[in-house]
Amino acid sequence: MSGLLEKYNDVVGEDVIGQLRELADNVGEISVVHVNSTKYGGGVAEILAKLVPMMNELGIRTSWEVIEGDEDFYQTTKSFHNALQGNIVEIPDAMLRNYERINERNAEALRDKLESADIVFIHDPQPAPLLKMTPKRKGKWVWRCHIDASRPFRPVWKYLRNFVVEYDASIFSLANFAQNLPHMQFLIPPSIDPISDKNIELPANEIKSVYKEFGIDPERPLISQISRFDRFKDPVGVIWAYKIAKKFLPGLQLILAGGDAADDPEGAAVIEEVRMAECGDPDIHILLLPPDAHRKINAIQRASDLVLQKSIREGFGLTVAEALWKHKAVIGGNTGGIRLQIFNHHTGFLVDSPEGAALRIRYLLFNRDILRQMGEKGHHFVKNNFLITRHLREYLTVILSLLHSEFSRIVIG
Amino acid sequence: MKFVIKDCALIPIATGKSARTLRELRHLLESIEAESIYYHFWGNLLKPRFDDPEFNNDFAAWAKHALHDGAIAEKLAVIDPTDFTDIEDLRHEIIDIIEESLFGDDSIHLCQRDEKFNFITSQILVFNTDTVVENPKELTALLPKLPVSSIFYHFIDARRRTPEHIDDFRAWLSGMNGKFTKLIEELANVDPYFSPLPVLRDRLSEIFADYDWSD
Repeated sequence: MSGLLEKYNDVVGEDVIGQLRELADNVGEISVVHVNSTKYGGGVAEILAKLVPMMNELGIRTSWEVIEGDEDFYQTTKSFHNALQGNIVEIPDAMLRNYERINERNAEALRDKLESADIVFIHDPQPAPLLKMTPKRKGKWVWRCHIDASRPFRPVWKYLRNFVVEYDASIFSLANFAQNLPHMQFLIPPSIDPISDKNIELPANEIKSVYKEFGIDPERPLISQISRFDRFKDPVGVIWAYKIAKKFLPGLQLILAGGDAADDPEGAAVIEEVRMAECGDPDIHILLLPPDAHRKINAIQRASDLVLQKSIREGFGLTVAEALWKHKAVIGGNTGGIRLQIFNHHTGFLVDSPEGAALRIRYLLFNRDILRQMGEKGHHFVKNNFLITRHLREYLTVILSLLHSEFSRIVIG
Repeated sequence: MKFVIKDCALIPIATGKSARTLRELRHLLESIEAESIYYHFWGNLLKPRFDDPEFNNDFAAWAKHALHDGAIAEKLAVIDPTDFTDIEDLRHEIIDIIEESLFGDDSIHLCQRDEKFNFITSQILVFNTDTVVENPKELTALLPKLPVSSIFYHFIDARRRTPEHIDDFRAWLSGMNGKFTKLIEELANVDPYFSPLPVLRDRLSEIFADYDWSD
């Protein structure tokens, strides 16, 4: 064994890697192409940066192609993203024609690879029209939607559906996100990467450096929420919860960390609301971090006694899995994919209000043994269910499913 | 006769059908594919979960947590799918329970939009491992190390494959001229439904480890 698989072997154990090898052996000699719209930044690129080399190490010829677009193209696809998440977005016809033209250009550039591949995974709406523009394709095509499409803005979805409908299958992260489509819609939850900067084990001194850098007292309890400054993440609710809990835990400290929202007017407004709610409390630390501050976020989560993700609406909420992986119990909003990760009294608590969050903060910080036990359980839970190795296993099963025509039972070997 | 150890993956697939009320659920249950009913009863065992979940099937859990109807949840929770060798009988049992509950109750419990019951179906993907067992005693060492998905395949999925609706271990042992009758009896006493798969694996391992092989 060499390279990446060896690294994951150290984390997840040889049984898991052995199972991947067995599945890959059954896949046989095929070629797979993944297509998305960015090589760096964002969850999809992070996943592909690991998934693609892992598939190659397993003996499956896999390439990763990135489409190229202009500013208008990315503006349009950002609008698609917002619309799929439920925002009302009007997209001018000219922008849609440009989106199609850019896809035609990319289809031309990638034609040989796309036509000859046995399996093609198209990630998100940006490259979705490539299928229509590759009429001589020989393989099976899968549209992988990473977006929370549970309540899409209908006119935009209707437009995109035209491109998606001809795919052989699609993949959604949760059943709630699935749509009315005439093909198989596989359900594959997302995953975290245990050896990425965001999640890797850190030396103790790097974790301790957080205290000094942000003026945290290591002798007093620390809670944190790492999330975009977005109303759906309810940062103001977190401050309320903190204030209620502080009456019983006077030493309590809170870190609210997110991006600096420089180009996001709504984010800036939420930061303003958060600052108003903070009321000059020196134990509330609002941190605006750059997008590449992965190790810092990792250190903040590890330095925390417990982690919150008090969303009132959430797609999957992978920050929960990230915190659980770091042996932290999580108090999370009772919504979306958070429900698949937090099990009351096992990995943390689901809450529906700031008062509920405060009650659980108080309970857990007064019951340190329970807090520790939940942290341990949470780590094992993520290890078994939400690591990239599980994600890869499910991609392999989807490939095997597509390569066989039986529906309910596929027997290989 | 050799016993080939296999492994499996249950691949969840959205049907696109969902219900927000008990009446809608009942209506969809009439036509939903049998595989979906199987998934909502047995698929839980392969899903992320902890010991002793409050409800073992998705219908009961949804009635309780989304509709907040404790009575119907309890009635649905008590269904044991191992009592039904034919999935159509199981379908009728669920529909009967729901209809009984709906009879004379004009109130409509409407769940939140993001808590609707999504009917999911599944594909089972079965693949070979490199392990073949010739002597039942070899399972003593093997069972504790088997992935839970393999336990699912041989102990649970087998019940819809074998003509006698029993697990693969018993089916295999039965072909050995009555040599392992006691072991077969002990395996028959294991409830496949109410334990998480790791607990089921431990129980099976225990039975093989404690068996007197000199018999």
